[in-house]
Amino acid sequence: MAARTLINVPKRAKRGKIIAIKTLISHPMENGFRHNNIGVLIPRDIITSFVCTYNGEEIFRATLHPAIAANPFFTFHTVATDSGTIAFRWTGDNGFTTEANADITVE
Amino acid sequence: MPQHTPADTSKVAQRGPAGAIRPNRRAFLAATAGAGMALVVRPARATPTSMAVAIRRVVGDAQPTPGKVRLNLPPLVENGNTVAMTVSVESPMTPKDYVKAIHVFAEQNPLPNVVSVQLGPRAGTAEISTRIRLADTQTVIAICEMSDGSFWSDTVNVIITLGACLEDS
Amino acid sequence: MSALASRAAMLCALLLLLAADGIVAHAEIPLAEKRSGYADMSPENRAMQDDDTVNPGMLAVLDGEALWGAKTGAAGRSCADCHGDATSSMKGVAARYPAFDAKLGRPVDLEQRINICRSEHQQAQPLAYESKDMLALSSYVGMQSRGAPISPADDPRLKPFLDKGRALFTQRQGQLNLSCSQCHDDNWGKNLAGNVMPQAHPTGYPLYRLEWQSVGSLQRRLRNCMIGVRAEPYSYGAPEYVEMELYLMMRARGMKIETPAVRP
Repeated sequence: MAARTLINVPKRAKRGKIIAIKTLISHPMENGFRHNNIGVLIPRDIITSFVCTYNGEEIFRATLHPAIAANPFFTFHTVATDSGTIAFRWTGDNGFTTEANADITVE
Repeated sequence: MPQHTPADTSKVAQRGPAGAIRPNRRAFLAATAGAGMALVVRPARATPTSMAVAIRRVVGDAQPTPGKVRLNLPPLVENGNTVAMTVSVESPMTPKDYVKAIHVFAEQNPLPNVVSVQLGPRAGTAEISTRIRLADTQTVIAICEMSDGSFWSDTVNVIITLGACLEDS
Repeated sequence: MSALASRAAMLCALLLLLAADGIVAHAEIPLAEKRSGYADMSPENRAMQDDDTVNPGMLAVLDGEALWGAKTGAAGRSCADCHGDATSSMKGVAARYPAFDAKLGRPVDLEQRINICRSEHQQAQPLAYESKDMLALSSYVGMQSRGAPISPADDPRLKPFLDKGRALFTQRQGQLNLSCSQCHDDNWGKNLAGNVMPQAHPTGYPLYRLEWQSVGSLQRRLRNCMIGVRAEPYSYGAPEYVEMELYLMMRARGMKIETPAVRP
């Protein structure tokens, strides 16, 4: 059930430099407060958790509530320590899960 | 003639002296106000009390001190569906002194919690950006938890403007 | 003149003035004053459009890029099989649509053109209006014209449709009895409730509208406008939308395409 993602991680960075990571994922983030055109409540369907790991170690974790806008977007930072993989995992209601990763070369 | 005794006469058109219906001013205004706009059904709102409860769940008995945190939100928002937000905290982000978490709350949203973020010394800088929903003009609070157990906060008042042409897509 | 007669005369004059709106042709906005809705947005929303790494419309563009290369239909062909690399073959295309289709004898918009290609060359089912795939493909193709000036074809066959589009733009409609022109030609730049009224140029479609929290087409936006003046909107795919788009593109000629744009 993977959703479309747009990840921005610099491909290369100098060791010790602080890099910005930008992530965007396609998801309606149905807040559970809206009604359809015949007055029936549309059930909540949101991403609830977003975790980022760097070579397996967690560097960022977000707990999302319905107040996060559709197509959740996050920018955060990390220190470029070693070359490797920065991995992203989104999970949410109705068994939603999407994973993505980006490689980084640290010199 | 059958007698009608509506429970709330202020909302109902009343019969005038000659029996003709004289539309009650409030009803008339309500009807014409709806002419150009979709009827907005508002869900229950968070109250300052429920936000206080939500904050308490995060900080316990501690009183966050205003400072160190900078909550960046536009003062005037064109559309509350997607509002760019940046939270940054002054911190060296060393293993001995870093930001553990940032929590954001909105006073007038249906639910007070917006987002909670866990950081660590590996972040390098405690600055996060995202896009949030704000249901109405309100106060937004960002609270950060430091590695030494202290809590700091920043508060911003945001005005949400409503579009003129509401629509059903 | 008696009090009653002068009152009646004043009322007639007022009615004549209001009615005159429908008779007088609204002046087109001169090129130097043409202004995209981008300029009316807050700096934060402009920033969202400017940066491809944060623009939510880019998710649709990425989907479109994938669809472009995907084989489909009974013919098992992808768009790329005929058109090659979209970044070169689709350059400038969206900037000159709607275009006249000789077979149909009328102009078609980009979405209709995509569906014509699908049925004629891919033997594939047409994509529904506003479907995720249609928005993705039209976003992807539209983006290949980003930065290009809107250049409607100087095609005499388009003239009757252009005239129809202009008539639709200037006619009063709906319970509020307003024409597009009254707001967007005569009163752009002024505030209506909390928002600034734009000149209403279709420079960035399909675009990510914050109100929708998703990408949507010009037809969706036109339908919303019609609902806004409490008029019954035409169905998706109605020729009126193509005629209106044709006129809007002519009215916006010279302005740069911004697809995928962001709007509040």
